[in-house]
Amino acid sequence: MRSDGKPRASWSLRAAALAGMAFLHVPLFFIILYAFSVEEKSFVFPLPGLTTKWFAVAFQREDIRAALGLSVRVALMSTAIAIVLGTLAAAAVWRSRFFGRESISLLLILPIALPGIITGISLRSAYNLMDIPFSFWTIVIGHATFCIVVVYNNVLARLRRSAPGMIEASMDLGANGFQTFRYVILPHMATALLAGGMLAFALSFDEVIVTTFTAGQQTTLPIWMLSELVRPRERPVTNVVAVFVIAVTLVPILIAFYLTRDTHEAAGSGK
Amino acid sequence: MTAAARPTPLQRLSSLLYLHPRLLLLLLLAPPLLWLGVIYLGSLFALLLQSFYYIDPFSGTIVREFSLSTYRELFTAANADIFLRTVLMAAAVTVAAAIIAFPVAYYMVRHASLKMKALLFLGVMLPLWSSYLVRVYAWKLLLAKEGIVTWFAEQLHLTWLLDAILAIPVIGGPSLSISYIGTFLVFLYIWLPFMILPIVAALERVPRSLTEASADLGARPGQTFRKVVFPLAVPGVVAGSIFTFSLTLGDYIIPRIVGNSRPFIGLAIYQLQGVAGNIPLAAAFTVVPIVVMAVYLVIARRMGAFSAL
Repeated sequence: MRSDGKPRASWSLRAAALAGMAFLHVPLFFIILYAFSVEEKSFVFPLPGLTTKWFAVAFQREDIRAALGLSVRVALMSTAIAIVLGTLAAAAVWRSRFFGRESISLLLILPIALPGIITGISLRSAYNLMDIPFSFWTIVIGHATFCIVVVYNNVLARLRRSAPGMIEASMDLGANGFQTFRYVILPHMATALLAGGMLAFALSFDEVIVTTFTAGQQTTLPIWMLSELVRPRERPVTNVVAVFVIAVTLVPILIAFYLTRDTHEAAGSGK
Repeated sequence: MTAAARPTPLQRLSSLLYLHPRLLLLLLLAPPLLWLGVIYLGSLFALLLQSFYYIDPFSGTIVREFSLSTYRELFTAANADIFLRTVLMAAAVTVAAAIIAFPVAYYMVRHASLKMKALLFLGVMLPLWSSYLVRVYAWKLLLAKEGIVTWFAEQLHLTWLLDAILAIPVIGGPSLSISYIGTFLVFLYIWLPFMILPIVAALERVPRSLTEASADLGARPGQTFRKVVFPLAVPGVVAGSIFTFSLTLGDYIIPRIVGNSRPFIGLAIYQLQGVAGNIPLAAAFTVVPIVVMAVYLVIARRMGAFSAL
């Protein structure tokens, strides 16, 4: 027994745990390595040489910048919608008991619990039936739908740990409902909102399965990646974009984790 | 300020909402429920409805009349192959994920120090949230014929082993990236974090006093594990399997990028609605994973998996 009261693991358990973690991380390491490869036509290993020139090439590409721009705009708008709708739903479930309350979580989680292809094809056929042309908003509608639940989970977890007396105290001191929201509830759940928003952003920024059905001819960054995966044209540029995408999704996740690290419900434990 | 004497409209609205909590509830619930109820469930039901339409065999246009002929088309031998292949793959991925995930989760909860545990948690979460496509792409690099796995096999003088694995009928192929083994590995890699986290949650709920009691009553560590810890962790495994199973059932990108291009359910749906334009049959196809998952969820619920979610 060590000082923290946990027994030492047997070597076989440690080896198995280490192997499992290595399995999760080694492939990501190779992605980063390959972004520096001089080889253009194949994935030959060991790499024949290292270079940083592909980063410059990738960042000057108009199509990649346009795809990146669209992805960021879609992710920002979807996150904004998800924050509003997710917070409203969390507030309703927290404050009141009503018929069907238990079903709300199920309804919210359904868009990510069912395979993405089902959400995608449903939305696409609905757009078709109603003659809605593909646009920025058709993508946003799909993304916001499955982003609501991450904001909802984060905000509800925070609200459940807050003292109900807080609101009564605020009201007793003469604040009206809006002032109570603005000066008491909002500051209290600010970091949970931010964490939820970060996760929603990362979820939307990376989404490809629903997007292929709701984008039409538009190209988001994941759709650009997918077309390169199916028909590789420029492997070095794809490698660089892959590293860039890892970096862009990791930052919000790390921020979200940091914001909720001391709580019991660390953000991101459910996707 | 005369506000105390004459309430502003905002204050009056605030009082109104305070006095009528049902109205406040309605205002809170209406936007998210309208969004999900109308847009999401609406299009989902519209899709399911379309599975009862059918394609006119002569004109090739969609006939909007109730009919079961699309479902007759669904249950053919060729499609049964697709269902079987997908379900077997989902089952294999789920079992393998549970085997790899369990030691990681167990070490994390019962042996790692607090700091180590946070690090491991982050180490599981980062791959979970980092780009799906990039992680699939990583396996294209790893499994390519001229790529990393082949090179390591050569260095370790294990090329014969790799060749032997690839020579296995059905699951083998000309290279790892064009075989069921490749598809399986990528599925396993992508969904593994979804299995680890629920097992961690389940193990954390096993009280230390239980294992101490078991030891006090004379059980060896192995017996404690088999008779106490493992049975209590099963709901976590089942909860994780909901994700690994469901995600494998619906995925259409991984078999398209790494694999031998034999269709899985997701890929079949994708091709039916896109290239073939056969929305009714595509819609009928989506009913299969929904039904499989519904049955799965009922069983999972019986095994107490929902408390571990």
